[in-house]
Amino acid sequence: MVQTPAPFEYERATSVEGAIAALKQRGSDARIIAGGHSLLPMMKLRLANPEYLIDINDLDELSYIREEAGEIRIGALTRHVELLESELLARHYPVFGDAERVIADPVVRNRGTIGGSLCQADAAEDLSAVCSALKARVVIRGPDGERVVAMDDFHVGPYTTAVGDGEILTEVRLPLRSGAGSAHEKVERRAGDWAIAAASAAVWIDGGTIADAGLALSAVGPTTIHVTRAEELLRGSAPSEELFVEAGEFASADCSPVPDGRGPVDYKRHLAGVLAKRALRRATARALHQEA
Amino acid sequence: MELNVTINGERVTRDVAPRQLLVHYIRDTPGLTGTHWGCDTSNCGACVVLMDGKPVKSCTILAAMAEGHEIRTVESLERDGQLDPVQMGFHELHALHCGFCTPGMLMTARALLDENPDPSEEEIRVAISGGICRCTGYKNIVDAIRWAAEHEATTRQEV
Repeated sequence: MVQTPAPFEYERATSVEGAIAALKQRGSDARIIAGGHSLLPMMKLRLANPEYLIDINDLDELSYIREEAGEIRIGALTRHVELLESELLARHYPVFGDAERVIADPVVRNRGTIGGSLCQADAAEDLSAVCSALKARVVIRGPDGERVVAMDDFHVGPYTTAVGDGEILTEVRLPLRSGAGSAHEKVERRAGDWAIAAASAAVWIDGGTIADAGLALSAVGPTTIHVTRAEELLRGSAPSEELFVEAGEFASADCSPVPDGRGPVDYKRHLAGVLAKRALRRATARALHQEA
Repeated sequence: MELNVTINGERVTRDVAPRQLLVHYIRDTPGLTGTHWGCDTSNCGACVVLMDGKPVKSCTILAAMAEGHEIRTVESLERDGQLDPVQMGFHELHALHCGFCTPGMLMTARALLDENPDPSEEEIRVAISGGICRCTGYKNIVDAIRWAAEHEATTRQEV
């Protein structure tokens, strides 16, 4: 059986403005294609049926990882392999390295992009949890200019984001704050698979106290699960194993997994709690420069 | 749409639908059926070719997206009757049984050695983790790539 997408028209964008103009003209029939490793499989299965594809792979201005205005700014077209190999990210947010090593495989990582991963908004996708835990904001550009949206407002439902018709995600912004530590823990059935469950954690430690924390889960709900109750618990407390166990219990309780080929609900809830605890433990060790 | 894609250094021009996948564009070119079309879901890695030197899965790239880029397929490895060291390694160490995964494995191996001429066993296993082989259990493939690395190191010294 030949798996080929349904017919569509294709254009290669030569500028972000050009891509936005084409999106505006074509309305909801048009889609942006970057790495294509989420969209093309969806199109082969007829789960996505765009009539017009705008290829942004030539837009080098969307491919960068740089420090600017107290943030790390990542262009939407930055590929997984570049996130994995970035020294800037490794230094400030090693959670990216943890996640990227277990996202698909090295060949897929040569094509897939951070913008594509976030816009696909698959609840099992790892970078959405990473960005949620880091309290990232994303820049969405449209015909009338830019707006900056927090991760909680970006993912509005399964496979649905705040990016509207005629708009394009251009950048991911990570706040740089002192005392940061971060980690991602994932359990999958085999190398390169989607997570059974995964947890991303970040802590910002100031004078022996957790000044702020971020915790998010993949694959255990209809969207990325942001465990705000655990963050409130952690904030203002001294890091301890008991605290991480308690935060993990919130993670288990606050997710909403469904049973499938990857496991039953009880198992996934248990996993979410254990992985949250481990991610917090490792994030804290990194913040305190005590990682084994 | 008329498309110009450079494959193994030669310009291939053909009129295709935008929905044509790169793997089919390559395989529909006379003499270039070495690239295999496998799972079609970017899982198996049989369709791996090099795009500007980096391994990519050609079942999940539109042919139109390859215009303006350099594509290398398994046919480019042998030159003037001389096998590439990765091909020699697969031959010497019996790194294939049915051969279906081989073109993807060879191109992935070639890209690895171009970037890292002295990979550890672990680095080799990570590099080929995007390819599925149902015959060998990977052991001989890993050994063959290691053989190719050592062979290339020796050859370089001789030159």
